[in-house]
Amino acid sequence: MSIGLNHFIILSTVLFALGLFGVVTRKNAVMVLMGIELILNSANINFIAFAKFGNFGNQGQLMALFVIVLAAAEAAIALAIVLNIYKTFSTVNVDEVDTLKD
Amino acid sequence: MYAIIFYLFAAITLLSAFFVVTTRNIVYSAFYLLFTFFGVAGIYVLLGADFVAIIQLIVYVGGILILMIFGVMLTNKITNVEIKTGTIQVAPAAIGVGTLWGVLTATLISTDWKVVESFTPTSTTLNLGMHLMQEYVVVFELLGIILLIALIGAASIARK
Repeated sequence: MSIGLNHFIILSTVLFALGLFGVVTRKNAVMVLMGIELILNSANINFIAFAKFGNFGNQGQLMALFVIVLAAAEAAIALAIVLNIYKTFSTVNVDEVDTLKD
Repeated sequence: MYAIIFYLFAAITLLSAFFVVTTRNIVYSAFYLLFTFFGVAGIYVLLGADFVAIIQLIVYVGGILILMIFGVMLTNKITNVEIKTGTIQVAPAAIGVGTLWGVLTATLISTDWKVVESFTPTSTTLNLGMHLMQEYVVVFELLGIILLIALIGAASIARK
């Protein structure tokens, strides 16, 4: 059985589900970020798979590049926020950080 | 041969992603995430996206993963050897995410995608550069501004 579009779609849905599971269940904020990176990667697989099998040229790959750039920006901002949370609360467990001002 | 390589990279990706979300040690998770990114880069190469695969390795492995590990190091007491993360509501999350995955997969599989017979893979770098400098030049410049703003913002938030 040759590898078709469905194989890549199933791969990306499994990766998405695993990432969502990580986001929902982990307490540490850095681990939540790792789950988000998994979700972004699954979206990228979808973009590139549809670009290839739908014969859209290279434009799907361009979208994947844009997603990678935004992921880099998001990781930088999110880790800065996590550092600030750690300075304020001395913990980065998202279930214990539940006040908006001290 | 293509199938064997696909299953190899898919197995690397999914197994290491599974360990990322189940291991309790955060540093182990970060290193499993490395293998996930490598596996995804292999999938990109299989799909004929060589440039995106290289960028994936450079940006994710060289940048984002290092940032993550810095985040782990700076937000845990290093003298305390236990760099663990707790988990919360694993069973409801597993049921919910499993259901969502089932619905997603069933929908995507049962959809009749219009698949065009795929072209032979060629080098994409020149073509991507042409797109970026022609019809996507506004997006390209905006992304540059976004990155600059994000980095300035991150620095100013972190040193407050």
